[in-house]
Amino acid sequence: MDLALAPLDVQRIRQDFPILSQTVRGRPLVFLDSGASAQKPRQVMDAMRDCMETAYANVHRGAYHLSEVATENHEASREAARRFLNAARVEEIILTGGSTSAINLVAHSFGRGVLKPGQRVLVSEMEHHANLVPWQILRDEGRGIGLGFIRITDAGELDLDSLQAELRKGDVGLVAVTHMSNVLGTVTPAGAIARMAHEHGARVLFDGSQAAVHRGVDVQALDADFYTFTVHKLYGPTGIGVLYAKHELLEAMPPFFGGGDMIETVTLERSTWAAPPARFEAGTPPIIEAAGMKAAIEYVEAIGMETVEAHERSLVEHAMRVLPQVEGLTLVGSAQDRGGVFSFSLDAAHPHDLSTFLDRRGICIRAGRHCAEPLHARLGLETGTARASFGLYTTHGEIDALAEALREARRFFA
Amino acid sequence: MNDLLELYPPEIRDHARQPRNRHRLECVDATARGDNPLCGDRVEVFLRLNDGRIAEASFMGRGCDVSQASASMLTGAVGGLVPDAALDLSEKVREMARSGAVPDDERFEALRSLAGAAKFPSRVKCATLAWVTLEAALRGGQEASSE
Repeated sequence: MDLALAPLDVQRIRQDFPILSQTVRGRPLVFLDSGASAQKPRQVMDAMRDCMETAYANVHRGAYHLSEVATENHEASREAARRFLNAARVEEIILTGGSTSAINLVAHSFGRGVLKPGQRVLVSEMEHHANLVPWQILRDEGRGIGLGFIRITDAGELDLDSLQAELRKGDVGLVAVTHMSNVLGTVTPAGAIARMAHEHGARVLFDGSQAAVHRGVDVQALDADFYTFTVHKLYGPTGIGVLYAKHELLEAMPPFFGGGDMIETVTLERSTWAAPPARFEAGTPPIIEAAGMKAAIEYVEAIGMETVEAHERSLVEHAMRVLPQVEGLTLVGSAQDRGGVFSFSLDAAHPHDLSTFLDRRGICIRAGRHCAEPLHARLGLETGTARASFGLYTTHGEIDALAEALREARRFFA
Repeated sequence: MNDLLELYPPEIRDHARQPRNRHRLECVDATARGDNPLCGDRVEVFLRLNDGRIAEASFMGRGCDVSQASASMLTGAVGGLVPDAALDLSEKVREMARSGAVPDDERFEALRSLAGAAKFPSRVKCATLAWVTLEAALRGGQEASSE
């Protein structure tokens, strides 16, 4: 127990997020959909405005002062992402459009250029579609790359025996799994998964879209080969995400997109590729968004990931106490190691009806299948679930408000 | 909270709790399945025709109160109609759910509660899923999507 760790001053944090002072039909906004996309602090908005007002030009191109400043700032954003993931080298950080485009990049480049016919990619049953569909597309291209599945337990945890059995078949080239389920909140044992994969000569990719927001991530400690996250869930802007990949892998990977900025030499006949990361960043990058990303990373770093984790643990513990007391409510998944994402069903109301009811009380939750249709099928929840997901600014009182509104919804729909 | 009653008026609640004609038809002349891929709602519409008119309509489905009540109401509304008249009715119902304006037409008396969806833009597709499915069935399509 770290006694020096002060609890997060949530009320002070909330003042940084202008949108949270909104009222909805006379009630305070209770935003419980941060797992879909988080709200933005003023610091992020200021940084993006500042970029445009004082230091904007295209990067990596101009031989004039403003472009040099913009380039320097842009590369400082990359360095912030390196620090955030504790990557060994800044060249291992590829700026993408988000997690989805990062995984597609790996599927196209590593999948086409490095994986060999006869090899398989393994994904789990609880993946977001972003870490399933790109691999289905790769499989269906007829290159001889297969796709296999790691089962989950009824508690919603990754079945490591199933992973081991698949790895023993000896044909796995890549294990691509979530680091934290966007439906169940399950945090997967990434370090153990990486060890198991590496013992069998497979590479490992973690979709950190949820995990990177809630936990400190150290890609070197995990020994991750690939790690992705998206910035809009980390209190930053949309349109930017990060792909971390080990340098040796990036060097062996062909480009995904072709265009400006990713080449070394170009003739009409052929081109040679720039070194990573430029090789994977064709075209003008998200310059303003990168400024916002840096501010978002600095924002959570200033709070400290340990403090973020502690706040989240207290929210999870509170939700685990309060939500099961709502009559008729069933929580989905009961993983031991979980983050602040709770999916549930209520006996009296369909998730969409519930979402509409809660919306009328100013409470925003997600309803549906959360881009994880196979997981809902696996759990026999074809009609979807309701999901509450927490952020830095979430309070115990908001969880109480959710529980109370769920009781009212049950009376309304009974 | 009162505007919730516009989306869930007593007729909707009643049809959701006690759906009419919720079964498969033995002899079916036209059928289609409609899905909302985002939320998983599903409606299957079954039609039996006789002398060029819809003699019997039924549905099966799963989903929110609005989508299932709408399907239940549909089965009562299209009986006796020729396909073209059912298509015309269906298109007007969908327009009503989008705009909230109830046509001045007695056919809509029993369906007017579906107009309440208009104030809930994310729920309009729940109200119209059964109707796009009906249209697919009448036009010979097998599948429909709310998207």
